[in-house]
Amino acid sequence: MNLTLLIGLPLLTALLVLLARSSHQVKWIALVGSVLQLALAFGLYFAFRQQRVIDPASQMLFEQNHPLFESLHINYHLGVDGISVAMILLTSFVVTAGVLVSFSQQNMTKEFYFLLLLLALGAYGFFISLDLFVLFFFLEISVIPKYLLIGIWGSGKKEYSANKLALMLMGGSALILVGILGLYFTGGHDFDLINLSKASLSGPAQKILFPFLFAGFGVFTALFPFHTWVPDGHSSAPTAGSMFLAGISMKLGGYGCLRVAIYLLPEGARQYADIIIVLSAIAILYGALVTMMQKDLKYINAYSSISHVGFSLLAMGMLTQTAITGALLQMVSHGLMTALFFAVIGMIYDRTHTRNVDELGGLMKVMPFISTVFFIAGLCSLGLPGFSGFVAEMTVFVGSWQNNDPFHRIATIAATLSIVVTAVYILRAAGRTVMGPINNHSFEELTDAAWNERLAAILLISGIIAIGVAPGWLNDLLKPAAEIIMNRIDGK
Amino acid sequence: MPNATLIALILLLPLAGFVLLGLFGRKYFRNSAGLIATLLLFAAAAIALYTAYEYFFVYGRTGGVYQKFYPLQFTWLEFSKGLSIDMGLLIDPISVMMLVIVTFVSLMVHIYSLGYMKGETRFSTYYAFLGLFTFSMLGLVVSSNIFQMYIFWELVGVSSFLLIGYYYDKPSAVAACKKAFIVTRFADLGFLIGILVLSYCSGSLDFATLTERLTSPGTMAYGNALSYSFLGVSAITWGTALVFIGGAGKSAMFPLHIWLPDAMEGPTPVSALIHAATMVVAGVYLVARLFPVFALTTPRVLELVVWVGVVSAVIAALIACTQTDIKRVLAYSTMSQIGFMMFALGNAGYGGAQGMGFTASLFHLTTHAMFKALLFLGAGTLIHFVHSNEIRDMGGLRKQLPITHLTFLVACLAIAGIPPFAGFFSKEEILFSLYSRNRLVYWIALFTSGLTAFYMFRLYFRIFWNKPPTRKDSHGHPEGGLAMTAPLILLALGSAGAGFIPFGSLVSTDGKAIESSISPLFSLAPVALGLTGIVLAGWLYRIQNDRPARLASSFKGFYRACYHKFYIDEVYLFITKKVIFNAIGRPAAWFDRNVADGLVNFTGSAALVISEKIKKIQSGRVQQYALYFLTGLLILAAFFIYVFVSQAGISDK
Repeated sequence: MNLTLLIGLPLLTALLVLLARSSHQVKWIALVGSVLQLALAFGLYFAFRQQRVIDPASQMLFEQNHPLFESLHINYHLGVDGISVAMILLTSFVVTAGVLVSFSQQNMTKEFYFLLLLLALGAYGFFISLDLFVLFFFLEISVIPKYLLIGIWGSGKKEYSANKLALMLMGGSALILVGILGLYFTGGHDFDLINLSKASLSGPAQKILFPFLFAGFGVFTALFPFHTWVPDGHSSAPTAGSMFLAGISMKLGGYGCLRVAIYLLPEGARQYADIIIVLSAIAILYGALVTMMQKDLKYINAYSSISHVGFSLLAMGMLTQTAITGALLQMVSHGLMTALFFAVIGMIYDRTHTRNVDELGGLMKVMPFISTVFFIAGLCSLGLPGFSGFVAEMTVFVGSWQNNDPFHRIATIAATLSIVVTAVYILRAAGRTVMGPINNHSFEELTDAAWNERLAAILLISGIIAIGVAPGWLNDLLKPAAEIIMNRIDGK
Repeated sequence: MPNATLIALILLLPLAGFVLLGLFGRKYFRNSAGLIATLLLFAAAAIALYTAYEYFFVYGRTGGVYQKFYPLQFTWLEFSKGLSIDMGLLIDPISVMMLVIVTFVSLMVHIYSLGYMKGETRFSTYYAFLGLFTFSMLGLVVSSNIFQMYIFWELVGVSSFLLIGYYYDKPSAVAACKKAFIVTRFADLGFLIGILVLSYCSGSLDFATLTERLTSPGTMAYGNALSYSFLGVSAITWGTALVFIGGAGKSAMFPLHIWLPDAMEGPTPVSALIHAATMVVAGVYLVARLFPVFALTTPRVLELVVWVGVVSAVIAALIACTQTDIKRVLAYSTMSQIGFMMFALGNAGYGGAQGMGFTASLFHLTTHAMFKALLFLGAGTLIHFVHSNEIRDMGGLRKQLPITHLTFLVACLAIAGIPPFAGFFSKEEILFSLYSRNRLVYWIALFTSGLTAFYMFRLYFRIFWNKPPTRKDSHGHPEGGLAMTAPLILLALGSAGAGFIPFGSLVSTDGKAIESSISPLFSLAPVALGLTGIVLAGWLYRIQNDRPARLASSFKGFYRACYHKFYIDEVYLFITKKVIFNAIGRPAAWFDRNVADGLVNFTGSAALVISEKIKKIQSGRVQQYALYFLTGLLILAAFFIYVFVSQAGISDK
């Protein structure tokens, strides 16, 4: 399978969107493009599985390597392993759902969809790049659309949020750039991820470079204390924007932390693992406690994202194979779940024009479908078996517990405590929003989800349940890749 | 050998009901939902009964010992080598026994609900949830892997949540379902950490491997489990104690019982199924499932089990004497009876006659399922008839509701331990097992069983005798037709006859039969005490009089403490509202908006201020630039001269 297709298709769709004549055309072009991309992602998954059987030894499959700037050793090097395939699948699910829920978008449709597709393009490119320079290029492609999406189509204090988000992410990018350049110069003038993973970087260099790369990618994935763009950014963004931010963009950071920082700098990772654990354990509990106090549905989901992403980072700090698999599972699970959550919050907001839980209530009676989706998203968030959240969290816990010393044990127990706090805030939100009597009688006239919203929700839910009921397929995809990373950390 | 497909069907039929009715019920099965679900469950119950017959009487026993069978097992999620969540079916005496109980009671509730829930707008949703619950509960009992059990444990919790919150537009129901879920979730946290500890100690999540490794001295896992310690307590003790906390939460044991009375907000048939007969005994079942580990490796934790059971049994019985809401009385009575099961179980040893308490506990679980489900369904009919949960709105109902009256009486006699009803046999066995092993608990249990007779007959006399309040005559069939009376009659037959099951020969700690030889003389004291309780209740409540009020005022402070459930709810309210929300959550939220985010904004504005200051340097005036240039040059020159001189100085020496 030619991986360039994965970048080419979104690019083509984005260009076609620019050529479209009416907003109607724009929407359909975007939808067809993203559905094709979804099919392509499935194709990639099955092709990958087939190829894996034939070629079990290579770390990356479907590689292609063309020089871009020979003098600087920059290559157009693509390739995928199980992690990339999982992330591509996740991205295509979220993009399709995001395109679907945006069908009601009226204002500047063409520009809106163009930016959405550009963001998706950045993510797809990022997940398949094996050259740090190209990877960084795609990462940056995905930042600017966010700024515009929030600044133009957002709500509330959107200029402030857009600025904050863009500046913080740019700050993160700056750190990453320093880290990548450091790698380039210490690793024998090479940007190639695979070559760098074979080069032996000196211990001190690793220790200096690791914080740049990990914190830089950490900003993208809301590493405590660089998380403050998350609540404002999410709450000001339009629905699809929030979905992309939490569902895809935060995963870019997590992927980078693992693939670039930890994988290339294992000694650095060992050095800073304890700090990562402390920060993410704080994020998990603190995020959950802060969520408990929120009244705005989007703030609730934004803060809960900080807590959930914390599981991913915590697991990375635990440095065991099971924990790293758990971190990846959690990234996929959280991406689907939080996109679903933001989608359903958007549906509620479009109808009731409020996101304040105190003003809502009894929605189950007037919009049973939306309310059920809300419940499913909530139950997934609180880690109910049968949904993806449970699988991911349990893998993280079991993996973390394999470190047999009080420090790791206490951190793990602190993280498990959050499953109670999560239950509190989810049930509180659900209890006030979809259950209870109808507070506002104007709500009685509201309609339930439209076809596009239903499709989006069903798409994301089917992903969540596919992982929750039969996690084996995803686990099989991620575990071998996690093992390779783990072997490098163990110095094998 | 057990047939895997057949046993899997027991689980899959209710699941099919859930999926079918959950997805399409509102549209296509609005009226037929009940019938579909009931038929599916009837099939499941029939298969369960057949399985039990085959297991107990055809293939289960080899050489006088009941064997464990694993007809189905597959890996669901592999963490690392040897550590994986497997889904499987475990067939042994206790799981088969539970299969029968769960499907039977669930079937009764399905049938009863055909009448009770008729005309509800969310009729199909109700049956979908019942199906989900039944599936999860069955999955829990046949789990062959401790993590599989945890999965179904959580699913049971959420179906209980959904059913308590069935009347979702009632704020009290919303509060109750949240409370139930959160309190049990808190306990489940203990279960989860316990699983982590046990699996780390034993290197396995599989019940069979885990039990074997943790109970055979000499293996490395066993040695490690005992040698690692935290706060002076060995890892394995922590593990089992934490697992027990999970069980205590689900089984509404003190001090995690506070959710159970509120859970009565759910439809009454649901209370019968979930909050009386099946889900709440999951904690007992969990301890029974891991019993070898508890008994052989961590006997100290079993002591904890005993005392948690004792405290729960006693305080629940005391509170039950003062409540006036029929469902709450029954809820506290459930808690008290589960306390009986817990301390019987905790008091048992492993193997032979020492395991008497184990057998007695599960026997009581079985009989209790019968009579408690019956009591709740009877209460449902009463509530249906008078439209109130308060016993003062009832009274003199024995003529209007004759079938309910008789069946309720049977259940009351059974729970009070009057021969030959079922409760008598199981309670005798519990007392007998205590008598030889723990005399103190025996006396407490004796006293509590007297209290049980008293509060149950307080209910009985107050509802069916006493003076009827003035009420409008109800129209239609007062007892709700055959759908509602047939389950009552069947359960009454169960409550009357379940005691004659030769339980000792079927269920024991090690699979070998136990001879229970209780002399009639031993039964004298408990039965006499039970009769005293009944007579006292009759004296107080059979006819209207002021004796109850006088009695209450003579125990003033104590009565009030019981009536207010010993203020345990208030303590929890204080901890959650004042401590967790106000003292932790609020400051954390403030910190995030003002300190963490403030820092970011400060960085932003500091950058602005600084650039504002230094932008004056770029003034565009050439003279100024020349000045800067010259200053810089001078500083550099000075620096180089300094370096040069000091270098020269060094080289001179």
